[in-house]
Amino acid sequence: MTALTLPRATASRLNIGLCIVALFIAVAALAPWLAPYDPAAQDLNMRLQPPVWSGDGDWAHPFGTDAFGRDYLSRLIYGGRISISIALIVVAISAPVGIVLGLAGGYFGGRIDAVIMFIITTRLSLPVVLVTLAIVSITGGSFITAALVLGFLFWDRFAVVVRAETQQLRNRQFILAARATGASHLQIIGNEILPNIIKQALVVSTIEMAHAILVEAALSFLGLGVQPPTASWGLMVAEARDLFFFLPHLVTLPGLAICLLVLGINLLSDGLHSSGHT
Amino acid sequence: MREFLINRVIVGLLVALVVSILAFGLLRMSGDLALEYAGENATTADITRLRHELGLDRPLPVQYLDWARNMLAGDMGNSLSTGEPVIRLVASRLSVTATLAGLALSFALLVALPLGIASAYKRNSWVNWLETALVTLGQAVPSFWLALMLSAFFGIYLGWLPVAGTETLRHFILPALTLGTAALPILTRVTKTGVSEVLQAEFIRTARAKGLSTRQILVVHTLPNAILPVVSLTSVQLGQLLAGSVVVETVFALDGIGRLALLSIERVDFPVVQAIVICLAVIYILLTLLADIANMLIDPRLRAKQ
Repeated sequence: MTALTLPRATASRLNIGLCIVALFIAVAALAPWLAPYDPAAQDLNMRLQPPVWSGDGDWAHPFGTDAFGRDYLSRLIYGGRISISIALIVVAISAPVGIVLGLAGGYFGGRIDAVIMFIITTRLSLPVVLVTLAIVSITGGSFITAALVLGFLFWDRFAVVVRAETQQLRNRQFILAARATGASHLQIIGNEILPNIIKQALVVSTIEMAHAILVEAALSFLGLGVQPPTASWGLMVAEARDLFFFLPHLVTLPGLAICLLVLGINLLSDGLHSSGHT
Repeated sequence: MREFLINRVIVGLLVALVVSILAFGLLRMSGDLALEYAGENATTADITRLRHELGLDRPLPVQYLDWARNMLAGDMGNSLSTGEPVIRLVASRLSVTATLAGLALSFALLVALPLGIASAYKRNSWVNWLETALVTLGQAVPSFWLALMLSAFFGIYLGWLPVAGTETLRHFILPALTLGTAALPILTRVTKTGVSEVLQAEFIRTARAKGLSTRQILVVHTLPNAILPVVSLTSVQLGQLLAGSVVVETVFALDGIGRLALLSIERVDFPVVQAIVICLAVIYILLTLLADIANMLIDPRLRAKQ
C-alpha cells in the first residue's frame, strides 16, 4: 500500500515523520562535511561565544561556543550521530530477541508460552533505567555498553506484540493448510507467520528507537552514558546546565534536537500503525 | 477466580525470586566485597580474613541462600559508604519518591481522563486537536530537559515555585508536573481508545435511542466498560514512575530513592542499589496484582470467567 492511497491525515503524518527522520539521518551521515569544526576541538580563547542571533556573535560560530570554546553547531551536528546509532544498535539487538520470544510463545502456546510469559513479566518488573545505570557504571561507563544493555532490556514490547499477533494467526486457515501439507513448525513460522507480523514489528521498532534515544540522552545527562569529550545531546545539556541564564541556547538547542527527532520517529510510527489498520 | 488469584500470587513470588537472584548477581558482579569493606589500607591477610568472616569464600548458591534468608528477615546489609543499615536508608527515602510518584500520577490522570474521554466523544473538534498535540509532544520531550525548562521558567524567571528540596508540598509541584508528563500520553491514548470502542457498541446506540443525556451515556454506560485497561495501565505506570524518578529527583534535588540509587551507583555502594532494585521490582509485582484484583471487582464477567 502506498502512502498516496492512505487517508490524508495518516499520509501526512507518515510523510512529515519521514522527512524529519531523513533530515536527521542525512545530517548525521554527512556530519564530517557539514560541521564547520571538529566537535571536540577546544579553543580556550573563544570560550562561551554568543550565538549569531544575539547580535554580539559572528558567523565564524553561528551557534556560538561552549565553556571549552568548542563550536556548538558542530557539536549539535555530531550529537545526532550518537542518538541515531543508539536507536539502530538497540533495535538491532532487541528486535530479534523479542520477535523470537513472541513467535515461540504465540505459536506453540502451552508450557513454552507460560515460560515466555514468565520471562516477559520478570523483565517488566525490573527498573530499566536503574539496572542500566548500575551495569554501565560497573563495567566503566561507555557508549557501547549502554547500547548493549539497553538492547538486551528493550525487547519486551516486541515480544508482547508479536506474541499477541501470532496467537491470532495460529489457527487461521492458511496456517492449518500449511500444516496439512506437512510443513515443519520452522517453515510455518518463517514462511507464513513472519511475513504477517513484520509490519507490527516495524511499528514497535520505531517506538523502541524513540525510547532508546530518550533513555540514552537521560543516561548521558546523568553522566553514565556517552563520556566527554564526545558530543551527545544529553551530555551537552548537562554540561551547559549552569550556564542556562547566561546562554540559554546551550541548554534549549540540544533538548529541542532530541524533541524534534523523537517527534519525527513517533509521527512515522503513528503513520505506519494507522496504515496497517486501513 | 480463587484459582486465578492463587496462580497470580505464585507467579509473582517466582518473579520476585528470579529478580532477587539477578540482584544478587549484580552485587557480585560489582567487584570484590571484601576489598570494599576492608578499605584502602588493608593487607592481603586482612582481606583474606575478612573474606572468610563475610562468608565470601563459600560456594555462590550457599551465599545466595544465606543472603536471601537475611533479606527475608529484613536485613539487607549495611551501606558501604555510611555503614547505615540499608533497609533504614531505603525506607526513609521511599516516602519522598512515593509522594512524588503519587502526585505525578494524580496530575497525569486528572488531565488524561477528561482529555481522553472528551477526545473520543467529540471527534474532529479542538479537543481532539489538543489531545493529539499534548500526546505527541509529551512523548517526545526528554524529562531532564523539561525539568530544567520548568524550573527555569516557573522557579527562577517567575519565582513562583521552589526548584530544589523537599521541605513543603510546594517543592513537589514542579517535579510532579515533569514526572507526570511522562505518563500522560499513554494514559490519554488508552482512555481515548477504550472510550471510542465502547461508544461504538450496540448498547450505547440503544441508550442514545432511549434519549439518555450525554452525561448519563458517558458516566453510566461507557466509563465502567472503558476503564479496565486504564486501571491496569495506571498500576503499571505507577511502578514505572517510582522507578523512573531518578532523573527528576536528581534535577530537583529531591531526596528520594531515585537520587539515592544514583548516588550509591556513583559511590559503588552496591548493597543499597541492590535493595532499591529489589524494592522497586516487588512494588511493581504487587501493583500489577492489585490491578488484576481491581479489574475483577469492577467487571463481573472476569470474575465468572476465571
